Amino acid sequence: MSSTTTAQETKWWNGGRSPFNVEYGKLMMWYFLMSDAFTFGAFLISYGTIRFSQNFWPDPNVVFNAFPGAGHANLPLAFVSVMTFILIMSSVTMVLAVHEGHRGNRVGVMKWMAWTILGGIAFLLCQAWEWHHLITGQHAVLTDKNTIELIGQTMGGNPWGKLVDPAVAQQALAVSSQETLAHLAHEYPTKEAAARSLSELEKMPKGQLMGMIDMAHAHIREKGPIAFGGYFFGITGFHGFHVFSGVIINVVMLIMTNNGVFDRKGHYLMIEKAGLYWHFVDLVWVFVFLCFYLV
Amino acid sequence: MDQQHAPSEVTFHHHVPGEENVKRIWKTFWVLLIITIIELGLGLLMYATDFPQWGDLAVKGIIAILTLAKAFYIVSIFMHLGDEIRNMIMTIVVPLMLFIWFIAAFLWDGNSYKNLRNTYDKHFEERTTEKKDTTSKH
Repeated sequence: MSSTTTAQETKWWNGGRSPFNVEYGKLMMWYFLMSDAFTFGAFLISYGTIRFSQNFWPDPNVVFNAFPGAGHANLPLAFVSVMTFILIMSSVTMVLAVHEGHRGNRVGVMKWMAWTILGGIAFLLCQAWEWHHLITGQHAVLTDKNTIELIGQTMGGNPWGKLVDPAVAQQALAVSSQETLAHLAHEYPTKEAAARSLSELEKMPKGQLMGMIDMAHAHIREKGPIAFGGYFFGITGFHGFHVFSGVIINVVMLIMTNNGVFDRKGHYLMIEKAGLYWHFVDLVWVFVFLCFYLV
Repeated sequence: MDQQHAPSEVTFHHHVPGEENVKRIWKTFWVLLIITIIELGLGLLMYATDFPQWGDLAVKGIIAILTLAKAFYIVSIFMHLGDEIRNMIMTIVVPLMLFIWFIAAFLWDGNSYKNLRNTYDKHFEERTTEKKDTTSKH
């Protein structure tokens, strides 16, 4: 590359120029991102420490298997793949905006910035759906009192513990609430219960409902490690907050580009700096994806 | 299109912006996409098959290495760090080496805590360890 030869010939440390050949604000963005990497790293490593200290940890393929509009179909990792694709794509549109900025093409910058913002908003919407689905989901767990309850994935409870022996779960049915049984008979019906609606089931006595639940398919679990929720919502939430602020920054950049601020300055370095931040958000997601969904 | 004038700190331009840059961006996109698909495939493979524990660990190791490859491409190409002066790259990359100790030490610590608890708190071990016969995946 021609730049390498130039770099060797220039006396970088003689003063009068940046020895790194980088504008001040851009260099500081790099150092901010480095410190942010340590913040995220500390969170993820803390999660890893707790996970390594447990004998059991939920299988991500079991936890993340839902897809909007697909009902109860078992689609492990499908939705998070879509989210990952959206974020990679928005990284590409961002780097294309930076490229157009180098050429001083205002319309090109605006076009690719708009796509990047759309990608960011799409990712946030996906995350909102995912959180909502996890929190409001009703999963049957065997509690310490040996009853079966329906709980979602929250900060205080994790429904993805060890699988319970169906025979043990069958015994727990007798002491569980009628409402829980009605829901189970609705979700996992035996042949004679299949045609009944939930409101119909809710009016039935417990004794009748107990025979209408297909326990072999209900997959009753114990409660899983509570730390799972705090780490998942904490870290993906902190990442989501970065995406959100990235979108805000990109919107500001789009407006400034539109107003011709960078044309008057003579360079599009601000787009480059916003781009660095946006790529960093993508970079963090690569590791969040690894730690929560893949391993 | 008029060439952009750089701020005073910048002595020379790293690369001539042109079609080859756009090509490089899309090439990187495909690399990232293919690596992600391979990672997903491996993740689902662990789910679908009943590997022994060391097999699961090996697959997870491969996925971690692939993730580092993705991180390299994002930082080097998308963030253009690969185009900067070597000294500047080093001020970013060398401090990040701290992660090698950071990860090793804390995962080791978590693992050691688990082993201590399993040794001295048999109830904890019994209550939380998965029995092989009830773990059939659906």
